Amino acid sequence: MSKNNSLFAKKEFLEVRSRLLMSIRTFFHSRSFIEVDTPVRIPAPALEDYIDAVGADSQYLRTSPELHMKRLICAGYERIYQIGPCFRKGEFGDRHRTEFTMLEWYEVNSDYMGILKFTEEMVKKASTELSLREDYFQQKWQQLTVADAFEKYAERDVNDVIAKGEFEEVLCFEVEPHLGKDKPLFLIDYPSSMAALSRKKESNPEVAERWELYIDGLEIANAYSELTDPVEQKIRFEESAQLRAKEGREVYPMDNDFLKALDEGMPNCGGIAVGIDRLCMAFCEVDDIENVVFE
Amino acid sequence: MMDVSDLRKGVKVKIDGSPCVVTDFQFSKPGKGQAVYKCRLKNMLQGNTFDKSWRSGDKMEKADLRSGTLIYSYLDGDQYVFMEPETYEQVYISEKIIGTAKNFLIDDCECEVLYFEETPIEVNLPNFVTKEITYTEPGAKGDTATNVTKPANIDTGYEVQVPLFINEGDLIKIDTRTGEYAERVKK
Repeated sequence: MSKNNSLFAKKEFLEVRSRLLMSIRTFFHSRSFIEVDTPVRIPAPALEDYIDAVGADSQYLRTSPELHMKRLICAGYERIYQIGPCFRKGEFGDRHRTEFTMLEWYEVNSDYMGILKFTEEMVKKASTELSLREDYFQQKWQQLTVADAFEKYAERDVNDVIAKGEFEEVLCFEVEPHLGKDKPLFLIDYPSSMAALSRKKESNPEVAERWELYIDGLEIANAYSELTDPVEQKIRFEESAQLRAKEGREVYPMDNDFLKALDEGMPNCGGIAVGIDRLCMAFCEVDDIENVVFE
Repeated sequence: MMDVSDLRKGVKVKIDGSPCVVTDFQFSKPGKGQAVYKCRLKNMLQGNTFDKSWRSGDKMEKADLRSGTLIYSYLDGDQYVFMEPETYEQVYISEKIIGTAKNFLIDDCECEVLYFEETPIEVNLPNFVTKEITYTEPGAKGDTATNVTKPANIDTGYEVQVPLFINEGDLIKIDTRTGEYAERVKK
């Protein structure tokens, strides 16, 4: 046994990771959720504008378990969660790994605000159980709309930024570093052009019922009031397929099993994906993802 | 052409006609958005640093750089004349490119040269060169302390701090990376 080993050096962080996962699983089971395992190697990863899949022997490694979990929701499961590996081609840096661990859950008769409350309780409970960063996590978490955040930190109108094609740069370099500095922050109400797979807000269709959680300037989770309309869903997939084809990037097959399930009816629900490695970084207070993963 | 996803620290790309080296590199990507590659670059000709970001899918030109060896011959006006050891071809390099290396050049010295599109842009001397002291005040007799220094000149006019026991006509080794005295060389 070598104590100079890089794996040994991260032992304290991997122990936090283990305790964090245990706390999360206990929380889900106390709320009558069941843990599910959907396939990792799949024929049709979700068609999204800027998420690329790793190929695996004529199929793909999943970029997210979303479409399979939604099929379970359509089939009558009401509270499901999953913790497992996902893969995104080309994503690598001190906050990214091509292979990473995702926690994803869906709850029927909930929406993005219900998921928000659940997330805050789950992380606060973990902070108490792990006795880590309680001062930071036990405060009332902050909410800020995307429009207000762009106004406050970049002094820009978010719709103007989107029209100029600068959304990512302004968000990453001017806005994100300020988010979740003193307390965790929910960045909410995305412009509807950034709805992804979320539902537009009925009272204001200009924005989508979507939020992202930020801790220490790091994006941790993405939550939606899930889109349940099969026609709208198919249009969004087709638009992504067209964009990908136009930019010369691989266009994945349509997930017809998922679309068929939507056709048969999906109940209203809220859903979320949490980057477990990043949440673990927040508890360990480390800046580089390499500290919290086996490598 | 190279793809933005090949960017790493140390990679050299051509921007506005200049070779630039990536000195810092950050991959950012909002979960659902496009990846942004934020780089700090150093212009290898001008020496200035600047920030630039690219989006996924962007293409860029790799800087055409190669290194080779040249042998220093002589100074012709403000041009330093070198010889290509295989072709015996003469290569003229300006004082601006030579930089501080001009202080330590010695005849027939083999130098590592970095070329950008076949034009020399950087000359690196061996780490140590031997030079003769052309002028220095005599040190006090019997003073062998090495932590006390005095100024001395070498043939290029460069002034170097040397220990008191060094005299005119002595040979010394100079570290060309720091420009500092390293040791006395026995004749």
